[in-house]
Amino acid sequence: MGGKQDSTKSESMATTKTAPDLLNSSIFSFKSLKLKTKQQELLIRVSILGLVYVLAFIARLFSVLRYESMIHEFDPYFNYRTTLFLTEKGFYEFWNWFDSESWYPLGRIIGGTLYPGLMVTAALIYWTLRFLRFFVHIREVCVLTAPFFASNTTLVAYFFGKEIWDTGAGLVAAVLIAICPGYISRSVAGSYDNEAVAIFALLLTFYLFVKAVNTGSLAWALGSAFGYFYMVSAWGGYVFIINLVPLYVLVLLITGRYSMRLYIAYNCMYILGMLLAMQIRFVGFQHVQSGEHMGAMGVFLLMQVFYFLDWVKYQLNDIKLFQTFLRITVTSAILVGGVALGVGTASGYISPWTGRFYSLLDPTYAKDHIPIIASVSEHQPTAWSSFMFDYHILLFLFPAGLYFCFKRLTDATIFIVMYGLTSLYFAGVMVRLILVATPAVCLISAIAVSATVKNLTSLLRTKQKVPQSGSTKGAGSSKASSKVTLDQSQPFQKNGAIALLLGVFYLLSRYAIHCTWVTSEAYSSPSIVLAARGAHGNRIIFDDYREAYYWLRQNTPTDAKIMSWWDYGYQITAMGNRTVIVDNNTWNNTHIATVGRAMSSYEDEAYDIMRSLDVNYVLVVFGGVTGYSSDDINKFLWMVRIGGGVFPVIKEPDYLVNGEFRVDKGASPKMLNCLMYKLCYYRFGELTTEYGKPTGYDRARGVEIGNKDIKLEHLEEAYTTSNWIVRIYRVKPPTNRL
Amino acid sequence: MKQSSVDLLLLLLALAVLATPAFSDLVLSKVERRIDVTSQIARVTKTLQVINSGSESVSEFTLTFPKFLGNNLAYLSVVHSEGKGKSKRNLANLSVRAANPKGIPDSISVYSVSLPKPLSKGETLTLEVVAAFTNVLQPFPEKISQGDSHLVMLQESSQYLSPYAVESQSLTIKLPNARIESYTKLENTKLQGYEIKYGPYKNLLPFSYSPIVVHFESKAAFAVAEKLVREIEVSHWGNVQVTEHYNVVHRGAQLKGEFSRLDFQARPNPLGVSAFRHLLARLPPRAHSIYYRDDIGNISTSQMQSDSKKTDLLIEPRFPLFGGWKTFFTIGYGLPLSDFLFVSEGKRFLNISFGSPMIDLVTEKLIVQVVLPEGSKDISVTTPFAVKQSQEIKYSHLDIAGRPVVVLEKNNVVPDHNQYIQVYYKFSNINLLSEPLMLISGFFVLFITCIIYTRADFSISKSSATYLAKLQWDEVLATLQEVQSIIQKCLATHDKLEASLRDLSRTGDIQTCKAARKSTDSLLKDLSKELKPLLGFLQSSPSASHISPKVEELVAKEKELQEKLMAKHTTVVEGYEKKSSGRDIENRIASQQQKIIALRQEIEDLLEFIDEI
Repeated sequence: MGGKQDSTKSESMATTKTAPDLLNSSIFSFKSLKLKTKQQELLIRVSILGLVYVLAFIARLFSVLRYESMIHEFDPYFNYRTTLFLTEKGFYEFWNWFDSESWYPLGRIIGGTLYPGLMVTAALIYWTLRFLRFFVHIREVCVLTAPFFASNTTLVAYFFGKEIWDTGAGLVAAVLIAICPGYISRSVAGSYDNEAVAIFALLLTFYLFVKAVNTGSLAWALGSAFGYFYMVSAWGGYVFIINLVPLYVLVLLITGRYSMRLYIAYNCMYILGMLLAMQIRFVGFQHVQSGEHMGAMGVFLLMQVFYFLDWVKYQLNDIKLFQTFLRITVTSAILVGGVALGVGTASGYISPWTGRFYSLLDPTYAKDHIPIIASVSEHQPTAWSSFMFDYHILLFLFPAGLYFCFKRLTDATIFIVMYGLTSLYFAGVMVRLILVATPAVCLISAIAVSATVKNLTSLLRTKQKVPQSGSTKGAGSSKASSKVTLDQSQPFQKNGAIALLLGVFYLLSRYAIHCTWVTSEAYSSPSIVLAARGAHGNRIIFDDYREAYYWLRQNTPTDAKIMSWWDYGYQITAMGNRTVIVDNNTWNNTHIATVGRAMSSYEDEAYDIMRSLDVNYVLVVFGGVTGYSSDDINKFLWMVRIGGGVFPVIKEPDYLVNGEFRVDKGASPKMLNCLMYKLCYYRFGELTTEYGKPTGYDRARGVEIGNKDIKLEHLEEAYTTSNWIVRIYRVKPPTNRL
Repeated sequence: MKQSSVDLLLLLLALAVLATPAFSDLVLSKVERRIDVTSQIARVTKTLQVINSGSESVSEFTLTFPKFLGNNLAYLSVVHSEGKGKSKRNLANLSVRAANPKGIPDSISVYSVSLPKPLSKGETLTLEVVAAFTNVLQPFPEKISQGDSHLVMLQESSQYLSPYAVESQSLTIKLPNARIESYTKLENTKLQGYEIKYGPYKNLLPFSYSPIVVHFESKAAFAVAEKLVREIEVSHWGNVQVTEHYNVVHRGAQLKGEFSRLDFQARPNPLGVSAFRHLLARLPPRAHSIYYRDDIGNISTSQMQSDSKKTDLLIEPRFPLFGGWKTFFTIGYGLPLSDFLFVSEGKRFLNISFGSPMIDLVTEKLIVQVVLPEGSKDISVTTPFAVKQSQEIKYSHLDIAGRPVVVLEKNNVVPDHNQYIQVYYKFSNINLLSEPLMLISGFFVLFITCIIYTRADFSISKSSATYLAKLQWDEVLATLQEVQSIIQKCLATHDKLEASLRDLSRTGDIQTCKAARKSTDSLLKDLSKELKPLLGFLQSSPSASHISPKVEELVAKEKELQEKLMAKHTTVVEGYEKKSSGRDIENRIASQQQKIIALRQEIEDLLEFIDEI
């Protein structure tokens, strides 16, 4: 233990020693007040942690200061809407909520198709604050939930780091994770999404499990089971835990690290965690029925076999006899397991792996089979640049940390190594999973930083002492003497150490600067309000989305049905308070394909589809005037693909010319006359968007549009926002057949 | 439109039937009416000269309006005035009440004015009547498309409807600066610029009525707040916070067909003049912390200008409002308390304006909630006109009993209602401290709990092995600390001894040096006595087995150091006694000195090691 705590000491010593010395010389009475080294260390550690806690919170407030206290992006609007419902109507109503405002005419059973952890957490915070007589608005609670949990995550990271390495590594890990862009990207104020609390729950579960494995204590395993329960209630990413933990146990078994501690930890965590997880309606019996969860069960059974064998080995003293027994038991166990799995799968009791799971293991799977998963930008494979952007120096520190971990292999370091490697693989497959890898990368990097700094400072410290004590020390301790001889062999060691230390601090300061810059520039825009710089450097705000949604909310009948691409579904229901056909909960591919088909058909065909869906208004997003590139025209090919996946009438080549997607004169006739094209470019041909360019010049794609004379027969323009970003059309009632 | 024409018909019938009974002997010698329809509110100003031609004195005066106007009457005030033109003086506001006398048909609304003093025979009196009507400008046609201009229609009577005979009367209608579609042409009708003049007409019988219709274009914003909730929260920390929730609708002709952004933005001839984009709120001076938002967030399109007289806030809703379009928004601002809160007769009173600060906004239902600080008592309200009153409780931050809220409700409010109301209440300043005190005590309790938690022993099984081991370990740590402190004390005494030696070399006073030696001797002896039981404990304790050798080493080293120091001391003192030269002494103690330093270093290393356990 003495050695373990050395590194923090090295940091604290340098600063604290001078102060008491000064006091000693000046005022004698203060000597009695001098804290013991241990207390000093504790004080410094607690204050560092406190500062990190605050830092993690305020670093995420850029968006609130720049814009306002608002919910960001798409999914958070659904979460906000459900939280509002929960706080207004109570938990039972929420649990049994059938939402008729989305997926018209199917509806959606909200209580059974969401992870309620986030909403319940926010509601609990809200109720607690109200109980304490702080009458805050639920919106403020939702906006600040993510930063609050990010702060809590830093604490967990500290304890985790302490568990796998030492307090020094814990502190460094806390600092690194507090500002790591990979984590900030999904936890800025306003990004009220499942991930906000899930990363906290994930790390907590892992920490408690490692603690349970290290101590063999039932209490910690129980804690870990509850952590797992919280994670299951919060995010679908819990599948990662339920696969990583058994994998880890399996590795420990294979490397001969099986112990009673492991047995207790895993069994308690798995059984209780599974039972608790079944209480979440959306998860239900998946733990015993789905292919993704079977690994955990297999490992659980394997543990029992191991335990049984251990007992038999203890009973039988004959090694030969035991080995025959071992062979028979292991083969029969594997056989039984294999047969059970086969029968379960064949009979349909155990469901096969889902598409999302496949696409994780095989990055090309989604592209070929499930366009709806591949169409989401955050499901794309990660580019190198975004790794660099999100991790910065951690990318280099990570391998160094792995080296240190391998050098001191314990149950805990094996865990963090496995967590780091697997999650990094997943991060490479999908951009959004960088988030899951972030804690592991931070922890392993923290080990590298802490171990390096510790080594360097200990070199410096012994150097300082050597000239003082001189040769008299010789007989004292062998350790010191060996160092002395080492020193003599490397004369520039001290300078080298100082240089290296400076290098480390330089790197860390660059990291801090990079993180702040990334947070303020890239990750703090709400995406619902767009900001641009004007010609004179002034800030121009495009608030078109909210303009359109608010128009819908105020000026359409309350039972109006809005058709739009699914991206905007959550926002329309939350802000516009109107019924939508499809939304971001992409549970029904056929329904989405129907909308895709309507968008890519000719107007009269689309009219029939819209009539059959009772559509009153159609909403499209169009960036041609402002040059906003993530609009519906650029997403259009996905609509064609998803629509064509279900309805073979829609063929992608019809919309392409020589495999090229274009909107100008050279575009295919089907493209120029499909509903989406017409709705986006209706009367756009008369508008001059840029000085010196012909009318109908599309600034997002940089071309003059091909069809300037668009007539609408069954729809009419109901509203277009001030920058034309959102256009809403009214579906006319059918004409009388008189 | 239809309703009102039916009304008109009824009215005419009624008038025909009415056999002009002498309502009283009053005669209106001169009536001047001015109707201002430049905004959506029809504001009627009348100057009436009343003569009592009968024999009895009269104390009541009757005002009549056709019912279709009377139903939309939002504001009515009657002032008794004197003089003419510039020398005109307003004498008194007269009280007006709705009356329902017999003999007057249902199609006429009647208001009764009590005169300041009974009007006796032959006397004259001038009355100034101001009436504001909402909803009397009927859009016609009722639905227009984006490019059409907004036409409205006003119905009135060219002759003043009165139960009294009128000797001379005239009517002026002030129209906005825009197209005039048509107007009823009667005799003596003149159009001058944007004013239509009817009359003068002489010697009219009571209840004369001659309908006119004016059809004209209006560019005014027909902004109507269907509901407005104003919350005025008084904080005695120096702020009056006003929050206003508006449900605004455009009550003009409804938009039919498409809304085209292209046409709306077109330069130089944008289509869509019937829509309004802005609303202007004139806030009191020194208004601060102004915000403008709605259900889904902040609205960034607003401008503010302020000077010492007022604060102008130009707000632009998220979208332009066409006829029939609605929006909802909230504005809020803080006002300095000293401008609005005063004290009179031991009571505080809040003096604040009743209506909305928006210019030319009609409010159909206005709810004013005045939130007083927690603990306010004896609440009463005075208003210049009748409002519905009730009381509520509102909970805000750190409230226990809740804040009393005075709720005032009034329908059909026009800008003429922006008069001051007074809310009187009693409040003692001690209550101000309650919330800070609550916070302080909350934190105090939190810290106390933390202290108790860390100090108290919460373990469930007091006999479990781990618990006992922990107890023992705590004891070992405590002993170690004691050992450390004793060793530190020893080292301090050593320092004293050294100091005495230095004194000796400076002063040469051998006696004091010896005395110091003696005192340190006894001190060290005491300390080593104290040390003994502690060492014994450490040796016997099983959990300290790995530490006790180190501690023993430490103690041994310390003893050695003591001996060495004593030896050095003796040598030096002897040297002085023998009066040997300084260099001689130094030579003699040189080797000892080196050892002492080395030992000291080792002891410090050991101490540090123990410290780290």
